[in-house]
Amino acid sequence: MEQAAKNEVFSLKDMSVHYGSSLAVDSVNLPIYENEITALIGPSGCGKSTVLRSLNRMNDLIPSAKVGGEVLYHGQDMYGSDVDPVQVRKVIGMVFQKPNPFPKSIYDNIAFGPQTLGMKGNMDEIVEGALKQAALWDDVKDRLKDNAFGMSGGQQQRLCIARAIAVKPDVILMDEPCSALDPISTFKIEDLMMELKKDYTIVIVTHNMQQAARVADRTAFFTVDTSRGEGSRVGTLVEHDETTKIFSNPSDERTLDYVTGKFG
Amino acid sequence: MALGVNPGLFLNNPSSFRPEEAGYRPAILGTIQLIGGVILIIVPLGISAATYLELFADRTRWYNRIIELNIQNLAGVPSIVFGILGLAFIVRGIFDLGFVVAAGSMTVAILVLPTVILASREAIRAVPSSLLDGALALGATRLQAVRKMVLPAAAPGMLTGVILAVARAIGEAAPLLLVGAATFVTFDPNFWDGGYSALPVMIYSYAGRPQEEFHVLAAAGVLVMLVVLFFINSIAVWLRARFERTW
Ligand SMILES: Nc1ncnc2c1ncn2[C@@H]1O[C@H](COP(=O)(O)OP(=O)(O)OP(=O)(O)O)[C@@H](O)[C@H]1O
Ligand SMILES: [Mg+2]
Repeated sequence: MEQAAKNEVFSLKDMSVHYGSSLAVDSVNLPIYENEITALIGPSGCGKSTVLRSLNRMNDLIPSAKVGGEVLYHGQDMYGSDVDPVQVRKVIGMVFQKPNPFPKSIYDNIAFGPQTLGMKGNMDEIVEGALKQAALWDDVKDRLKDNAFGMSGGQQQRLCIARAIAVKPDVILMDEPCSALDPISTFKIEDLMMELKKDYTIVIVTHNMQQAARVADRTAFFTVDTSRGEGSRVGTLVEHDETTKIFSNPSDERTLDYVTGKFG
Repeated sequence: MALGVNPGLFLNNPSSFRPEEAGYRPAILGTIQLIGGVILIIVPLGISAATYLELFADRTRWYNRIIELNIQNLAGVPSIVFGILGLAFIVRGIFDLGFVVAAGSMTVAILVLPTVILASREAIRAVPSSLLDGALALGATRLQAVRKMVLPAAAPGMLTGVILAVARAIGEAAPLLLVGAATFVTFDPNFWDGGYSALPVMIYSYAGRPQEEFHVLAAAGVLVMLVVLFFINSIAVWLRARFERTW
């Protein structure tokens, strides 16, 4: 089988996340494969961002957040006591919902990561390489010294992707990267993702079902489980499969309702 | 000399019997040294305290909550109390500096420190967390992200706080009287030893003399201070407007 040959980058095993005493997501079992785009979809509050943030330990920044179960990265427990979250984030980059360029020049935005991490090599080449990979070079090559805030929203988001690429990660996590963008910028970023998956493993959270259908190789559908008693809202993974299967012939009725727009 | 200013006002030493020649020279020099010392103390201390409290401290710990509460309360303590504190612990006591400018600087620095800390915390809080997150997501350590991203973005706001603190420090007379700013000094001050005076203290001294000319001199001193304070506050307002950012 083709599947067996694939490399599992992440394996979530019975993974759960608490915020303080409230359970936000429970018993997630999910493999994420190398050089694929995996989409996390589902209604608001079902824990997509929570799961995504647990993949590069950005959850550590929320004092009340606590991850249970196992998050394996290439078979290694990412929450082991010997794992430094800073090292994790060097290898697993993240792009946020709202473009968040640094209040610096375009050049310095890209150079910040490599400089901070003490990467070797010619900085001009690193910057040019990252901007080219993010399909932004032609847009900005004549104004590298300009402030990044002067770019359009779509360009800013591609700059954030370029910034993440510049530190040469293995994985790029994206939390609704296009939700603040117009359709044309969105298509550009989707094209870019298709290009980038040759070199990186990508996990994307999206509310846009067409987007998941267009770009993702695999899709995981989450929902909010309200059946566990009064007022409890626990995010659960309903199913995950190849995207075509999820959108044409899902195994769970809840998935079908969601992808056909009956719910959510 | 209807509107002219006699340079002697700034350049001459005070005199107890020739008010027409008396000036503010030692007081002006004293205030400059005093404020220089205050700035040297409040900038590193205020910024690091604010940074710690806002970005590193675990708020659930009792000692951090106590520090926090204390800083807020300290901002409302009358300045004379700081004078007594300075006399007990800086002039005498632990530091034992004697009645010198350095002791005055330290006392006034403690007095205005809460202002700087509160303003700096405000400035740090105004920096969107997406900036910190963005840097951390690239694999920067918290210290790197704070130093290279958050603090530069908060700098203008912090500077405003420092300037306002300085403006307040310039006008303080009460605590200085306690830590040794003499009302009558005829020589240039030295930071580490000897007597010194400061503008508000000397104004206070001139205003208390019986002769009419000294009262005019006191009024002139007040005008000078007002101009200086107005200037400093203008810089603060200008900085705030100049660097105000909509994220
Ligand atoms: N910092 C936090 N502290 C406490 N609870 C949180 C925090 N972040 C998220 N939650 C809770 O965890 C649950 C999952 O939130 P999460 O943001 O992961 O959902 P989501 O699927 O990304 O939703 P959306 O589509 O709206 O972004 C929600 O019930 C939310 O209230
Ligand atoms: Mg979300």
